[in-house]
Amino acid sequence: MRREAIFNTALWLGLLAYPVWAWLGDEPYQITLATRVAILALAGVGLNIALGLGGLVSLGHAMFFGIGGYAAGILASHAQSYTPLYDGAFTIEGTQNMLVIWLVAVVAAGLVALVTGALSLRTSGVYFIMITLAFGQMFYYFTISWPAYGGEDGLSIYVRNWFPGLNTLDPLTFFLICFSILSLALLLSWRIAGSAFGLALNAARQNEDRVRAVGIEPYRLRLVAFVISGAITGLAGALYADLNRFVSPTMFSWQLSGEIMVFVILGGVARLFGPVAGAALFILLEEVLGGVSDYWHIWLGVLLLIVVLFARGGLIGLIAGQGTGQATGQRKRAGGADD
Amino acid sequence: MSLLRLDQISAFYGPSQALFDVSLKLEKGEVLALMGRNGMGKTTTIKVICRMLKHRSGTLAFEGQDMARWPSFRAARAGIGLCPEGRRCFRNLTVHENLVAAMRPGDWTLERVGDLFPRLQERRDQGAESLSGGEQQMLAIGRALLTNPRLLILDEATEGLAPVIRQEIWAAIARLKGESGLTILVVDKTLKELAPIADRAVILERGRSVWQGRFDALDAATRDRYLGV
Repeated sequence: MRREAIFNTALWLGLLAYPVWAWLGDEPYQITLATRVAILALAGVGLNIALGLGGLVSLGHAMFFGIGGYAAGILASHAQSYTPLYDGAFTIEGTQNMLVIWLVAVVAAGLVALVTGALSLRTSGVYFIMITLAFGQMFYYFTISWPAYGGEDGLSIYVRNWFPGLNTLDPLTFFLICFSILSLALLLSWRIAGSAFGLALNAARQNEDRVRAVGIEPYRLRLVAFVISGAITGLAGALYADLNRFVSPTMFSWQLSGEIMVFVILGGVARLFGPVAGAALFILLEEVLGGVSDYWHIWLGVLLLIVVLFARGGLIGLIAGQGTGQATGQRKRAGGADD
Repeated sequence: MSLLRLDQISAFYGPSQALFDVSLKLEKGEVLALMGRNGMGKTTTIKVICRMLKHRSGTLAFEGQDMARWPSFRAARAGIGLCPEGRRCFRNLTVHENLVAAMRPGDWTLERVGDLFPRLQERRDQGAESLSGGEQQMLAIGRALLTNPRLLILDEATEGLAPVIRQEIWAAIARLKGESGLTILVVDKTLKELAPIADRAVILERGRSVWQGRFDALDAATRDRYLGV
């Protein structure tokens, strides 16, 4: 636990220091890389609540990421063209205010998670994976064939959305916004893992009947976890749209769901900072190996194999050991063997 | 009104019938011993009460409410706290986490459980799987108590444990009865240890409730007939 706390602190400080160093050296591209790490880590923190804590292998999290992205893209596009989003009995205008966009992204992703979760959580195992995948693909094909918002070509956000009192066009400021949200999400995730809710969720992954025997219905626990998880990933999608100033159906693609899962596994499933370590490693590999060869995913695959076969605690497990993780007691993760 | 009442309950495992018209009732504040040899239906009866197994006919009620359609978590919410047979802790959590995960507001708090089982206090941050069998049993009882039940069910609470640990657990159960007046349904085979705490007894024989009455009215002939080995 101690080693993990030290490593987590170092990782947190490192992620904060890197763009500041890049800013001093006038390297805006490096700041953008760090921002990508923060945003992808945020998406991973969301997935980790479902996957790590709840044992829910969701291959549909790109759905929430995409919904967040499109919430930002659609609201901004209406604000840019001065056309109302809805003009009937009352009028809904578009907006470029990040606070409003985030709220819409979180609520929309949360609601979709509630509906898709309510249906898919009635299944488990491979069926759950397939149903979440199917929901994700439904959104993917829907956005492709939705001409109002660019269809396959996606939507551009010409000027990055604004945040009251801050200059979001400045890369370092935007990084700090993303980093702050990531930090808050990590705090939330930590509080959840140590709460009675999180512990019961963790216990339900191991044995549902025992959890029922103490008066808790696993289905409800998982649904709540799935909604929180989807909402956080949705928020990451909204930030990602602002980082790229562009949204497209690829945000909904199942490859992206897979990538989020890959770096959560690389970093350490159910470890608080697993998604952060994984996202950093993922971007690092993409930069380093991607510069050497276009086929760097092969090496990512090899690394993933090694982690899954030999280092099941991921990067954090490797560095901080397999000890009882903070408050989550991650001894037997990923399904955990029963008695 | 009885706290718990079973009338003519029959239950099946697939095609084979495990309970035949089992009837019993439990009054508030009493300790009832559910007895019988192995395989006579004690644990099956518990499973029906906790709604882990659906009964096929008969009625059962908790505080006058019909439980027939309750799912298992509802029974626990209503106040039936089960300490199941065997070592059924959440093995991937620590002692403290096991207790917190199950906790519901009420008279029973972490401090009270710690006071009842000081060993749990000492091993607070240890993983549940690293505990000895006796400690796991204490944890299972503590966890059941923290759900703040109105009826505590102890299924073979001391089976397979060392004599010293057994004594410790029975002493704790006696304290529960004495101090909190908790209603307890205790399943066990050992007369000697049940004697100081049990008010009444129900004996099951081949899935039927064949004898019930005051515990001290259990005579030698009945004991030999239904409980002797």
